[in-house]
Amino acid sequence: MNNYSLQANAVKKNFGRRLIFSNISFELINKGIFGISGPNGSGKSTLAKILAGLISPSGGKVIHKSNSKEILPERLHNHIGFVSPYLILYDEFSASENFYFFARIRGITPDKNKIEDLLKRFLLFNRKEDPVKTYSSGMKQRLKFIFALMHSPDLIVLDEPTSNLDEEGKESVYKIIGEEAENKIIVIASNEERDLSLCGNIIMLENFKLTGSR
Amino acid sequence: MKSYYLFSKDYHSEIRTRYAINSLIMFIIVAVSVILFSIGNERVPGNLTAGLYWVVIFFSAMSGLGRAFISEEERGTSMTLQLIASPSTVLSGKIIFNLILVFAMNIVITFIYSILFEEFVIQNYILFIINFILGNIGLAVSATIISAIIAKAGSKGTLYPVLSFPILLPLILTSAKLTLFSIDGTSINDAVFELAIVACYDVIMVSASYMLFDFIWKD
Repeated sequence: MNNYSLQANAVKKNFGRRLIFSNISFELINKGIFGISGPNGSGKSTLAKILAGLISPSGGKVIHKSNSKEILPERLHNHIGFVSPYLILYDEFSASENFYFFARIRGITPDKNKIEDLLKRFLLFNRKEDPVKTYSSGMKQRLKFIFALMHSPDLIVLDEPTSNLDEEGKESVYKIIGEEAENKIIVIASNEERDLSLCGNIIMLENFKLTGSR
Repeated sequence: MKSYYLFSKDYHSEIRTRYAINSLIMFIIVAVSVILFSIGNERVPGNLTAGLYWVVIFFSAMSGLGRAFISEEERGTSMTLQLIASPSTVLSGKIIFNLILVFAMNIVITFIYSILFEEFVIQNYILFIINFILGNIGLAVSATIISAIIAKAGSKGTLYPVLSFPILLPLILTSAKLTLFSIDGTSINDAVFELAIVACYDVIMVSASYMLFDFIWKD
């Protein structure tokens, strides 16, 4: 059983003098799919990045705990899987090379079976030795899901997870989100109705603050 | 080992993209050629040879070593690195890559200098090698952390040498003096003060880099 919790306490973010949001507080425990919604510019992606530890909040705190122990910021990357359209993998390498280096840099042995299984599920197995620069934008988006899942993270943050994907790709993503949500926390930042329909709870961001939840 | 694999990733990436190597080679050839053409048949004194040697090293380093973080930022892969490695792993991997690059670059420059410049005759090899090692470490570490600082800024190409100059000046001046000492045949005992300056510079830059990098890397 995954014993992971994510707690946001009065999180605030501003870029220079421009306030993006303030006083965001919530707690996510153990498993489930949680959505972040709101109009363009409301700070969905910024909040997703703060939750994933990619940027620091201007105020407040985000606490990640595994088995009731707070995770140190320098070790957080091993617990997080992250997908977004602005995440870019090394396009001079093939998919296999990317995953080999990612595993080794994380300090783990590449799990060949798991990676091949994910490549098959995301319909990229036949292209695994091709340089990523030869992939279409949809294929690159599918590749990012393998990147996010290959180290079995406790928390998966998905920012606009189905952008650039065709119907087949979307179905693969929805299926895998459903499976992973059985024992992991998944956060989806999106405005797509279908993406948000997967979520048990949705946090609404508007007018620089959390305006409600479902 | 994590840092080694990050270095390995950069090495394989460099072999395929040639971000740094091509500009380094071109810069070394152009800089040495310009100096040779400028000198003509004049006889260059030892102190000028030592100074020109470090001028070529400084500007070659400016053209190649900055790529460490700038290429990640320009390609948009910085976030990917943040998601797979701790800040200390990233910095160590980048420093290893720049160390190897700077040692290779300076071995080539030294080789070219010893062939083309008659006055570049080393009398005290041990002093030259100690200075070469300490100077290269200082250069690689400084270049790496400066690259990390300016990677997120605009006008990176201009900012890199501008910011590097004051930071690298104490190292370049002292290393140029030590190179002159090794050409003159000065003993190590007489060069202890300058060697201590370079060694202290290295220790300060390594410590400051690891202390500051967390703050530079995250936002």
